[in-house]
Amino acid sequence: MDHLTAKYLKKLVSQKICESNAPLFGVLDDRLYWSSEKSEIPVLEPVIKNSGASSILFSPPAEPYRSVIDYLCEYSSREGVIKPDDTETRTFLHDIPVVEEFTPERISDGLKRRKGIIIPGKGILTQGSMSPEQAFVIYSSICFSTFVKFMTDFYYHSKGLIKMNGDPEPVAVKAVRWYSETLSSAVTLPEARGPFSSGEDAIQAMAEAGSLTVSSGMVDSFFGNISVRIENTIYISQTGSSLDELAGCIDPCPMDNSTTNAITASSEFPAHRALYSTSNRKTILHGHPKFSVTMSMLCDDISCVNRGRCHIKCSKARHIKGIPVVPGEIGSGPYSLSKTMPAAMTGRGVIIWGHGLFTAGEEDFTDAYKNLLHIEKNCFNTYLDLTGC
Amino acid sequence: MGRILKIDLQYKSTKIIEPGIELYKKFTGGRGLAGHYLRPYCTLQWESPEMPLLFFTGPLCGTGSPSSGLVYLVSVSPLTGCVSDCAICGEFGPELKRAGWDGIIITGRSEGLCGIKITDGEIEFSNAENLKGNPITTVFGSLSGKGASAASGPAAEQGILYSDIVFNDSHFTGGNGFGTVMHSKGLKYIDVQGSGKTGVYDNGELNEARDDILRLVSASPALMGAPGISEYGTGAFLDLMQSRLMLPADNFRKTSFPGAGKLNAYSFRQRFGSAKGGCAGCPVLCKKSSSDGRTIPEFEAMAGFTSLTGNREIDTVMAACVFCKEQGIDPFIAASSIACYTEVKRISPEKLDLMKLLEEIAFSRGDGELLKTGPKEIARALGKPELSMTVKGLPLPPADPRGAYGTALGYAVSTKGGDYSHAFPLSHEILRKPVATERFSFSGKGRIIKLSEDMYAAADSLSACRHIFLTASLEEYSKVFRAVTGIEMSGHDLAICGERVCYNEKIMSHLRGFTSDDDDLSERFFSEPGSSGNGIKISTINREEFYAARERYYRVRGLAPDGAPLKEKCEELGLEWII
Repeated sequence: MDHLTAKYLKKLVSQKICESNAPLFGVLDDRLYWSSEKSEIPVLEPVIKNSGASSILFSPPAEPYRSVIDYLCEYSSREGVIKPDDTETRTFLHDIPVVEEFTPERISDGLKRRKGIIIPGKGILTQGSMSPEQAFVIYSSICFSTFVKFMTDFYYHSKGLIKMNGDPEPVAVKAVRWYSETLSSAVTLPEARGPFSSGEDAIQAMAEAGSLTVSSGMVDSFFGNISVRIENTIYISQTGSSLDELAGCIDPCPMDNSTTNAITASSEFPAHRALYSTSNRKTILHGHPKFSVTMSMLCDDISCVNRGRCHIKCSKARHIKGIPVVPGEIGSGPYSLSKTMPAAMTGRGVIIWGHGLFTAGEEDFTDAYKNLLHIEKNCFNTYLDLTGC
Repeated sequence: MGRILKIDLQYKSTKIIEPGIELYKKFTGGRGLAGHYLRPYCTLQWESPEMPLLFFTGPLCGTGSPSSGLVYLVSVSPLTGCVSDCAICGEFGPELKRAGWDGIIITGRSEGLCGIKITDGEIEFSNAENLKGNPITTVFGSLSGKGASAASGPAAEQGILYSDIVFNDSHFTGGNGFGTVMHSKGLKYIDVQGSGKTGVYDNGELNEARDDILRLVSASPALMGAPGISEYGTGAFLDLMQSRLMLPADNFRKTSFPGAGKLNAYSFRQRFGSAKGGCAGCPVLCKKSSSDGRTIPEFEAMAGFTSLTGNREIDTVMAACVFCKEQGIDPFIAASSIACYTEVKRISPEKLDLMKLLEEIAFSRGDGELLKTGPKEIARALGKPELSMTVKGLPLPPADPRGAYGTALGYAVSTKGGDYSHAFPLSHEILRKPVATERFSFSGKGRIIKLSEDMYAAADSLSACRHIFLTASLEEYSKVFRAVTGIEMSGHDLAICGERVCYNEKIMSHLRGFTSDDDDLSERFFSEPGSSGNGIKISTINREEFYAARERYYRVRGLAPDGAPLKEKCEELGLEWII
């Protein structure tokens, strides 16, 4: 497991969610190993030993996540939990417990309920039942969902629709400045040119585009998916694969299901297949850029009958700078986004409420990537205009 | 508070047991509670009249909890001598619960073949001698057709050690020979009908918890994706095994089968049609049937009657499965027995007459007498014990251990023998859930196998379907459990229950004489590589690394280096120490 902890320690820093040397992994097989010596180990050792986990990850988050989380813990926590409304939280985290005491007993109580907790002023603690990767993913997801929650709350606060306690503005300003710097560094475009004629070419192009999408800072590596269509085969990233580590994680899936290889494909395979079936697109890129997600959740009609169920029931024709926002859930259920996204994909892309952004290309990933970046920048700038940040 | 029905077939008498809340908290129900009631008798021979055959549901059965209508059977397997269990979906569990019973314990031996009819609290015994020798469809045709039923077939009467109990004409007990156990008790069938309703503590919370789980189910490609189990049944795994080069062919001599693409789930659908079926209220509906109502083979039978035995005729697969069902023969163990037999006898796949051998097994003709004892005994009797691809006498499922090392370890340490249901490592090693683990590595697998075993034991004790745990976890089901029972138990608390269930099974396995020598794989997997290609190399398993991983598993599980239970662990889990 050493190579896995080393890998995810590096990722936590490269994705700017932790500062260098801050994260600590504990990994338990028949013996317990720590990734480094830290003063928190005496408290965390009984936690992992008494847990049903194989690994735990503890770290204070880097800025601006730290300020965002500290603010939410102080002012927004209800009944000991933070409950963001985005898709990642709703589907995988459910809610995020806030544990006030850094003691083995209280931490263990929190981890018995959920896969990750926040300890105000100390950091985020997450667990993986099988692999350090799970702890990493949950950590990253908590950072993402708390960021989005704060930003949506702050919008409503700035419009006078809700009252945030304390002074959220300095936190919001810090967050948008940080993100502005992140986005400004995203200038490289994919080089692979289509149309792709072989699976090998397609896989290389997917790896390149996936990697660029992550290095741009727009999205987390884990959540997102990517595909290429060549004739009647869709090459698509596997479920649970990282956009920046696609080697060996791409399945060739026949569109007619004549083999069931897509059983390990991304949970968004139905959406990819539906779009390819109804258009001449050849590439699809899907990620969860922070401000596309944030903006998709902002709606001033707070008395709408669908409030609270916007992710599946929103019936308004919403657009952000011309980009449609549609409801839809992950996968194949009755509210699957595979039923809403393809029809809306008439321009640069489609934003799914509280979830993320789909873009597509007719030959390669150049347009899909450029559109992802363009839409995210537009969403960010729109947010700045709306909130005056 | 539930009730358990104890039936003594010798005296045709019944007794009601009310376990008490503390026992429910300790074992939850299902597989766990059944194991608790088996423990005092676990050293008996399987055919002993006192040996119980247990049918137990769990606390979520009969409620709105997703995919939670299972009933668990527990007893000692005639094929392996192991304490064994199996999960049965369909209507039997909910019907038993509606009749007011959390479980049935059957002991004794009826003088003549009999049937049991349970109608709520009323228990009737009837003479079933007239059903002797009849195929399963005829047996079910003679029953009330109301409620749910379970019956053994002619295979049990022939003493086939892997005869199944068949439930509602379509669900099988999975090769551990429980049909033979049932027949040894002089019991032909159980017919159950209930009119009650399972109470729920908080319907609002149950609906919320249910929505959380259904959202995860919808997001699962393996369950609900276009090529997933919901569309193609478990047969969807065949292509996956083939693409990962771990589809056993020719009795595990190879790990790839060139004909797989024309014998996969898609081909079955194209050839026979496909209608969905399964448990009431289940979003997945994993059972598939043809347009003329025949059951489409599950993954194991599909692989067993194709790659494992070398057969390339899709119609033969279907015919073999229908024949097995009518006789009450477990199709996969039959296929494994034939695969072993043909290798020992050097019969080439081209000369194999699958249907003839199945008939010999069913009617004890020719080599059927030998074939009905299972691969371990076949290989031993023919002087080639090393050609038995079994653990503790149970044939390995169609997922080659050389292609996934956690799977290899899980097979070896399973108390029921070569089986993947107790830990289902394919979930993470191949299906990438809840996270992908490195399949050609033993790193961390000792603890992962232990934790997975605990989780699935907890699920089996709740009566929740294992398929759902490809996407949900005990975290989500703890909320369901609280909503149904009003008892606060976290996912971690439920996992501790699962650990207790597993350890109880380890104790029974130890008491039945199994040691670490039995927690091992066939020599082939350490000395013969599999079929490599497409950039994937299927090497032999490194024996030292395998044993080291097994040692780590023992330590994590709280066992001695020889795999024996430890007193202090028993005390920690509140289990009775071995006397």
